[in-house]
Amino acid sequence: MSMPDIKVTYNTSIGAFVKSHLRDYILLIALAAIMLFFQYTTGGTLFEPVNLTNIILQNSYIIVMALGMLLVIIAGHIDLSVGSVSGFIGGFAALMMTHTMPFAVDSNLPFAFDPFTTGIICVLMGAAIGAAQGYFVAYQRIPAFIVTLAGMLVFKGLELESLGGASIGPLPVTFQRLSNGYLPDIFGGGDGFNILAIVVGIAVSALLVWFSVKERRAQVAHGLAEEPTPIFWARNAIISFAFIGFCWLMAYYKGLPNVLVVMGVLIAMFMFITMRTTFGRRIYALGGNKHATKLSGINTERLTFQIFTIMGALSGLAGLIFAARLNVATPKAGAGFELDVIAACFIGGAAVTGGVGKVTGAVIGAFIVGVMNNGMSIVGVDIGWQFFIKGAVLLLAVFLDVYYKDKR
Amino acid sequence: MQPILEMKNITKTFPGVKALTNVNLTVLPGEIHAVVGENGAGKSTLMKVLSGVYPAGDFDGIIKFEGTERKFYTIADSEDTGIVIIHQELALIPLLSIAENIFLGHETAKYGVINWFEAISRSKALLDKVGLKEHPNTLIANLGTGKQQLVEIAKALNKNVKLLILDEPTSSLNETDSNALLELLRGFRAQGIACILITHKLNEVLKVADRITILRDGKTVDTLDTRTAKVSEDRIIKAMVGRELSERYPARKAKIGEMMLEVKNWNAYHPQNAERQMIKNASLHVRAGEVIGIAGLMGSGRTEFAMSIFGRAYGQKISGDVSMRGKAVDVSTIPKAMAAGIAYATEDRKNYGLVLIDHIKHNITLANHAGVSYRGVLNDIEELKVADRYRKNLAIRCSSVYQTTVNLSGGNQQKVVLSKWLFAGPDVLFLDEPTRGIDVGAKFEIYGIINKLAEAGKAVVVISSEMPELLGITDRIYIMNEGRFVGEMPTRKASQESIMRTIMKSWEH
Repeated sequence: MSMPDIKVTYNTSIGAFVKSHLRDYILLIALAAIMLFFQYTTGGTLFEPVNLTNIILQNSYIIVMALGMLLVIIAGHIDLSVGSVSGFIGGFAALMMTHTMPFAVDSNLPFAFDPFTTGIICVLMGAAIGAAQGYFVAYQRIPAFIVTLAGMLVFKGLELESLGGASIGPLPVTFQRLSNGYLPDIFGGGDGFNILAIVVGIAVSALLVWFSVKERRAQVAHGLAEEPTPIFWARNAIISFAFIGFCWLMAYYKGLPNVLVVMGVLIAMFMFITMRTTFGRRIYALGGNKHATKLSGINTERLTFQIFTIMGALSGLAGLIFAARLNVATPKAGAGFELDVIAACFIGGAAVTGGVGKVTGAVIGAFIVGVMNNGMSIVGVDIGWQFFIKGAVLLLAVFLDVYYKDKR
Repeated sequence: MQPILEMKNITKTFPGVKALTNVNLTVLPGEIHAVVGENGAGKSTLMKVLSGVYPAGDFDGIIKFEGTERKFYTIADSEDTGIVIIHQELALIPLLSIAENIFLGHETAKYGVINWFEAISRSKALLDKVGLKEHPNTLIANLGTGKQQLVEIAKALNKNVKLLILDEPTSSLNETDSNALLELLRGFRAQGIACILITHKLNEVLKVADRITILRDGKTVDTLDTRTAKVSEDRIIKAMVGRELSERYPARKAKIGEMMLEVKNWNAYHPQNAERQMIKNASLHVRAGEVIGIAGLMGSGRTEFAMSIFGRAYGQKISGDVSMRGKAVDVSTIPKAMAAGIAYATEDRKNYGLVLIDHIKHNITLANHAGVSYRGVLNDIEELKVADRYRKNLAIRCSSVYQTTVNLSGGNQQKVVLSKWLFAGPDVLFLDEPTRGIDVGAKFEIYGIINKLAEAGKAVVVISSEMPELLGITDRIYIMNEGRFVGEMPTRKASQESIMRTIMKSWEH
């Protein structure tokens, strides 16, 4: 007696589809709700072009690290060291560019590195740190929690010692541009309105729509289109509208920050990695079932090693962005970043058990954390309550995730 | 004499399977009662019914203990009446001491504060009874398996045991330890403690058992009394395997070709215990187009043998030679073994075979991403085509290839695992218990797939605990016991009796 053939059916009714994809939408809805809430409570400050730009700048380094953290979490690990590593690398970059001798801040060096060389060396240093931690996790099988907890302490210590407890700055102007610079308006928009931002907004939106239409066509051709057509168009319209609107607002301040471009490129890259490459696929498989993945001939040790190396490089980059933004390297830089980064991933729907998570989720999660930080600061919520509220939101997000997973 | 235990008309059903049908078991006070049967005959299920693992009401039938009917809802219920079961996998905590283990859950405590003097002195008395000369403070991790077994028994004695159930107690013991243990059981007989002994080793059964109950396919076949009549091993074996070959197997004409895989003098040791040799000088060969079987009891080392060949996925200190088509190959890692043309489909689909949270399509291509990608970038459409092809060819029943594998039936999960390995394109395919836990219809389909593979010139090695299955689908059968190949025969000359006899003989020497 064999099982009866199950008819091929898809959830093409709008209600059923929305219900089954609630998790995907609810994040965006939550972000929108939080933004509207603060727009109201801040008396309209939140959506002001200058503040919107600020939100981007304040969260760029969190998002950059969240991309790497997502891979780490999907693989079933965790990295607690990212804050310390980014702080250490940021400080090191400042030393390299300011004639300062690491670990002996009083004695000057006769030479300094230019910002580009510094940037490259520092990202590579981050990668090397990640690789070192990855080695212990992947090949010595020490739990990532322990290895990176050790890393957190070690690099916090190196950060303090290399800076000699002092703040190093100011930094070269070219370097500052990484965070505080804007794309030049090649279309020659006048003061107070940046045409390039609008053009980029429309172009990127068009590109996104084109990609999703292409994918939609392929799905339809193979009879796999699950999403009802009205929802498909509504989703694309909302995203395009939101993105163009966002660029429109940015255009009223100084245009598009350089760091937004860095972020955009990285986000696109990591979406591609997670969705289209064998490397990304293997990370999901590894987190989903380590044994089955290994027995399928995949070098899971090397994979883990590579993931931590990427995480390290991104921590390095984030350290540079943060130092460039403050125009000074302080011994406090990076403290507590790992909390926001990890929270962003889990709010964004990554599973604690591994195997599940999306780049878009992590980015939206980071913005949820970022907008809350920003909004609460403007409203004047005490820093203590800010921590309290963020903690509650994180727990609520993961609780809802687990709750609905059990119900299904 | 009034029996201490009577189990009457026990019937236990799992979804889709009848594990026990009207089983009867009667144990007299102070007797050693052996329960024997093939893998899956229902011995473990029966003991779980008795000990309350399956609570009363979950099965039909009556359990009478010391003359009164009992209903056990938990293991604690059965232990309170004096029934203690010692499992094959010992339930001791390695990093606690002997005394701590003996009194775990029954601590000699007042208001939660443990009286260690009492615990130690009572442990000493119990250890004396089982003849174990170790201090009660010794950690379990520092004891050998034989001594651990004795600690388990001491723990049972502490619970005022009246009926002791031992599940394969000697399976991991050497001969001296085995004999000592059996001697101890004889001693209990004198003290009026009854024993149920579950074992595959018929020589031991004949040595100590007063009576023997034989189970086959979830039914009681026979109860023999060794005190009233002479019982032979052959007599027991016949009763154990005397099943009609009722299941059907698709017909196949073997076209056996060139030598494919040759394994010579293969040795492997336990991954955690470098002293314990799991595979001993095993040699095997299989030709193109041939289907061979590896028969053996559970724990005989079949899985360990296959996995250690498949890129050392099991074990340590592995030695031996592997060649494909007469040429030596390197199988030291899984990717290398796969490159040499070897694949291994696991017996444990859920933990080792599938990424359960992912869908069918991703699982099918997992072992061969190169086949659906170009320079590390996956071709979604190509991948979909591949998955859909296997869905059709292997008749995987699902809503679409985007169905999550956790929601598939066992048979369909197995087909996904097979698809994965077929897509990887190996020359030799190890199939470990390919039909475990799946329904008859799906079994037949899987036999068909195996035939097709052989027809396509692949070599197939089937590991199975179901002897009729091996007799039905293979060309040649190897028999493994205690990590050794103890026999090899062409399938047309083999029978369930001859296989079982080979296994039993290998223990006696």
